[in-house]
Amino acid sequence: MEHYLSLLVKTIFIENIALSFFLGMCTFLAVSKKVSTAIGLGVAVIVVLGIAVPANQVIYQAILAPGALDGILGITDPKESIDLSFLSFITFIGVIAALVQILEMVLDKYFPALYQALGIFLPLITVNCAIFGAVSFMVARNYTLGESVVYGIGSGIGWALAIVLLAGIREKMKYSDVPAGLKGLGITFITAGLMAFGFLSFGGISL
Amino acid sequence: MSSNKESFGKTVGFVFAVCIVCAALVSIAASGLKDKQVTNKLLDQQTKILEASGLLSMTDGTPFSIKETYGKFVEAKMIDLDSGEFIDGDPLLFDERRNSRDATKSEKPENDMAGINRRSHDAVIYIVRNGAGTVDTVVFPIVGSGLWDLMYGYVGLEADLNTVKSVVYSDHKETPGLGAEVMNPKWKAKWPGKKIYNEQGEAAVNLVKGGAKAGDINGVDALSGATLTSNGVTRTLQFWFGKEGYLPFITKHNDGGLI
Amino acid sequence: MSSDAKKVLTKPIVDNNPIALQVLGICSALAVTSSMTNALVMTIAVVLVTAFSNFFISIIRNQIPSSVRIIVQMAIIASLVIVVDQVLKAFSYQLSKELSVYIGLIITNCIVMGRAEAFAMKEKPGVSFMDGIGNGLGYGFVLMTVAFFRELFGFGTIFGMEVLPLIQNGGWYQANGLLVLPFSSFFIIGLMIWAIRQWKPEQVEKD
Repeated sequence: MEHYLSLLVKTIFIENIALSFFLGMCTFLAVSKKVSTAIGLGVAVIVVLGIAVPANQVIYQAILAPGALDGILGITDPKESIDLSFLSFITFIGVIAALVQILEMVLDKYFPALYQALGIFLPLITVNCAIFGAVSFMVARNYTLGESVVYGIGSGIGWALAIVLLAGIREKMKYSDVPAGLKGLGITFITAGLMAFGFLSFGGISL
Repeated sequence: MSSNKESFGKTVGFVFAVCIVCAALVSIAASGLKDKQVTNKLLDQQTKILEASGLLSMTDGTPFSIKETYGKFVEAKMIDLDSGEFIDGDPLLFDERRNSRDATKSEKPENDMAGINRRSHDAVIYIVRNGAGTVDTVVFPIVGSGLWDLMYGYVGLEADLNTVKSVVYSDHKETPGLGAEVMNPKWKAKWPGKKIYNEQGEAAVNLVKGGAKAGDINGVDALSGATLTSNGVTRTLQFWFGKEGYLPFITKHNDGGLI
Repeated sequence: MSSDAKKVLTKPIVDNNPIALQVLGICSALAVTSSMTNALVMTIAVVLVTAFSNFFISIIRNQIPSSVRIIVQMAIIASLVIVVDQVLKAFSYQLSKELSVYIGLIITNCIVMGRAEAFAMKEKPGVSFMDGIGNGLGYGFVLMTVAFFRELFGFGTIFGMEVLPLIQNGGWYQANGLLVLPFSSFFIIGLMIWAIRQWKPEQVEKD
């Protein structure tokens, strides 16, 4: 339990997926003009990450990982072991796209209110590299199923936290006198940089 | 036109065709390059082991000479960490990262100083002999938490299994310019001649903040500005050369009884 | 080369830069710019993937049923990225270790997908190929500039060759610790956008 809790805190703050690994930046910068939309997108990312990371973990460990199919196919000689890990990119992106599509349909049918709130963000999420990046990190770090659930949700929360914070700052920034050339994108980059700087101070906290 | 383009059969057929073409492309690339990838990965590891044993300067840096030197002087052996005995097994198939995730092949250390969570039962060590066949260096793989993530490396010890020859990190994610200075040749040059154990036989090797005093046989200067990485390195070394690491092996073999 | 093809090739570099103006493909721009070698490899990878995905998608653009358009594009892009990743692993293990998951993230790099959807679906293969190269270079231009500043002032080197001898190595230059950290690229890109917009005021955002 303690292990999972420390992993959760680590993924949210120390290894924040937006501010330490710079994943999901396109939407992070483009959809952070208003706090309300940022919250909507943030929640959608938490949901998709919470499902996509464990789902891909199961698929990777059961089929793609080196040696995963040996048991089923009765291969005992380690030299003939089957390694399908080169297919992981294409599998992950397919699984993510399919999951988002299914989630959209389920929400539309059973939770129309939620669909109203999140619906417009879901298609954006397929190409959000935070999802793909978190899945790749899950594989690179060899997380177990339990850990991958925590990691998925944790990185979702971390990303949501970062975009809501940025949106909050940008709302206030409307009242500041920014040089013409820096308006919009330029100052957003610099603000995000300062935020990342701040998050750096979480580094080295050991739990 | 659109009705023709959108018919169900054609859509399915089209998707199928795209899949076949893509699958062919990917499989050809993957299987065609597989051998080269495996060789490259092995070469990377062999280079690090040669560096840890001080033999890298003997090669001319080409893949061929690294392979040749490695094959000539280095012997990889599996050991059981708890008993310190050599065991049978193919070192090439050993994968510390996979074993330490597998509950049947690893255990939780009692005192997890290195922050590795689980430690594999077995390990591979590399025995390096000189031209005459006597043991010159023994290279021990180590792993432990730094500031950001696990750091993987090798420690080369002389035949007394106490005197350090080198500490070489191969894989880490430390802050560039601070913790990543573990890769700096200037820092690595401080290691040769240091001792792992103090007079009481405890793994006392450590990084000293502000610089080690002259005559401190167990202390090495810490990395400036990277206290947490330095602490991580100290703990990793003390863990791996302590009783839950290579100590059982070392007590059994430090009388020069390595064959 | 016809003037049309030339325009398609050069326009994305400054006038319509994918990173500075279209806010696309930023994730990797931040993470892989600590050294110019990494940035160069990443640029080559993105140029190749964008150009060939544009080319192939353009060839079959009249055959793609629109209902499965996105997934077909994804499949082509993902296959190309896998090939690039496999080649890199085979020929430079060291580089592939450093770029780690960011090579895979080209799949979700919005530049590739964006050009396929916006350009290759309408234009002929030859000109689409050029457009892919142009956009890849536009991306690479930002990447290389950021990497240049970070490597020169953060490590005192260019392409790994010593230019400003560091104090640690017995020289006189005190490395700029900020530029060594990944998020410094936020500031550099922010300032670059400012510079580009001072030069081309028509890109300034209205309130």
